Amino acid sequence: MDYTMKISSSPHIRDWASTTKLMGQVIVALMPATIFGIYNFGIKALVVVLISIISCVIFEAGFQKLIHKKVTVGDLSAVVTGLLLALNLPPDVPFWIPILGSFFAIIIVKQLFGGLGQNFMNPALGARCFLLISFTGRMTTFTYDAVTTATPLAQLKAGEGADVLSMFLGTTAGTIGETSAVALLIGGIFLIVRKVINYRIPVYYLGSFSIFLMIYSFAVGRSLDLTFLLAHLFGGGLMLGAFFMATDYVTSPITPKGKIIFGVLLGFLTFLFRTFGGSAEGVSYAIILSNLLVPLIERVTVPKSFGKGAEKHE
Amino acid sequence: MNKTVERLKCGMITENPTFVQMLGMCPTMAVTTSAINGVGMGLTTTVILVLSNMMISMLRKVIPDKVRIPAYIVVIASFVTIVQFLLEGFVPSLYDSLGIYIPLIVVNCIILGRAESFASKNSIWLSMFDGIGMGLGFTIGLTSIGIFRELLGNGTIFNFRIMPESYEPLTILILAPGAFFVLAFLIAAQNKVRIHKAKKAGASVTVCEREEGCAGCTNTFCGGKAFTEESVKREKDAAKEA
Repeated sequence: MDYTMKISSSPHIRDWASTTKLMGQVIVALMPATIFGIYNFGIKALVVVLISIISCVIFEAGFQKLIHKKVTVGDLSAVVTGLLLALNLPPDVPFWIPILGSFFAIIIVKQLFGGLGQNFMNPALGARCFLLISFTGRMTTFTYDAVTTATPLAQLKAGEGADVLSMFLGTTAGTIGETSAVALLIGGIFLIVRKVINYRIPVYYLGSFSIFLMIYSFAVGRSLDLTFLLAHLFGGGLMLGAFFMATDYVTSPITPKGKIIFGVLLGFLTFLFRTFGGSAEGVSYAIILSNLLVPLIERVTVPKSFGKGAEKHE
Repeated sequence: MNKTVERLKCGMITENPTFVQMLGMCPTMAVTTSAINGVGMGLTTTVILVLSNMMISMLRKVIPDKVRIPAYIVVIASFVTIVQFLLEGFVPSLYDSLGIYIPLIVVNCIILGRAESFASKNSIWLSMFDGIGMGLGFTIGLTSIGIFRELLGNGTIFNFRIMPESYEPLTILILAPGAFFVLAFLIAAQNKVRIHKAKKAGASVTVCEREEGCAGCTNTFCGGKAFTEESVKREKDAAKEA
């Protein structure tokens, strides 16, 4: 028998994962929502998605060329950013809105801070908020079946009832990718099963949001209303945000405890913005605000290397 | 005479309070929503800066060292009050658009900074020109930020329409975040020119030469600023001793 030892340098444990493969999985997971969005809103949604993705890739490659860095569009992260940005836009936006959004997401939020891994907030969401503040009218006008309507969440805020089934399936007004809760859930569960994302952030996010909302409902004397709760969970960008935006590797904590804190914080902020805020939606602001707190969360949740440390002797 | 010119150049370019010293950021961010506001705020500050620099320079041998800051504040606040009433009386539109930021000039760190670091040690003549230079530098800073914010956020410059009617203004630029974007881009552009100039002049430029930039850099002493190996070593030694 040959007992020769094999000597190699670290790392010794290897994995299938690479940035390209992980981003590929995210794109696959986003496909149900994207395809449903295109089916729901027609060809104009497809145009928005394509413009957004192509301009993101061009901006990334162009900027890296310009400053003589290695061009890394092959890692698909720009494609994911473009796709997420498009899913966050209403289907009726003019063609220059996704281009401007891509510029902000890729150049300002991502590349100026050092590229992939260095951005302090989710590029797609940063761009969405940039566009939302700049072009509030265009970004909050939703047409469905050629009729301008309010989103289910806005109707809910105005005190009207909601059709939970159509919100679950997605046949409502909204941004391209946010309407169908079931398509997003399929994608999200796919990511969790494939271990691309950890279950903690979405579960604690949605859970804490539901709990805060129920406590508030009781506090204002509303009886336990499952329709209200489900409409809030399926409405707006909550599902999209919880599974695809909040779990962005770069801008979420890496420690398990940090993920829990992050999720609960997101739930609380989303509840706060949706309930007391001026607009019906609050997911994107909640996520980018929490993104900024990630370094602090990670600092207080650094795990101990070995054991639990000696007891303190006074 | 040479020194007076040097004071002017120093205030406007080499030690520009907005772009180099990064002083007075609060009014810089708040009032530069349009170019005219930038000019108004800058010139108001200039007038107060010149007057207070002269007065403090005159009093520099009278003011006891221990109570100099309160004394400076009294001098500055008096001038601010005078200017405020003048503005209210003669330029009410500017007075309205600058609002709370006029009385806040009292605590503007440029004015206090120049009083402390220059006027209290130099002659009246030089202090006056220092005030003019710094004030004009501040005005240049505010106006250029205001021009970009007004152009992109409203499509106009000094209320003249530049962009075509079909241009949809980027409202975010005349809101608070826009001030940070524009300031950052202007500083970046200037640093590019400065570094290029210094390199051309053959000066040893203390710029980090990492090809990949700050990405993955573990040098916590640098914090994004350019650094030399010596300065890092010195920092490390200082940390060891402490």
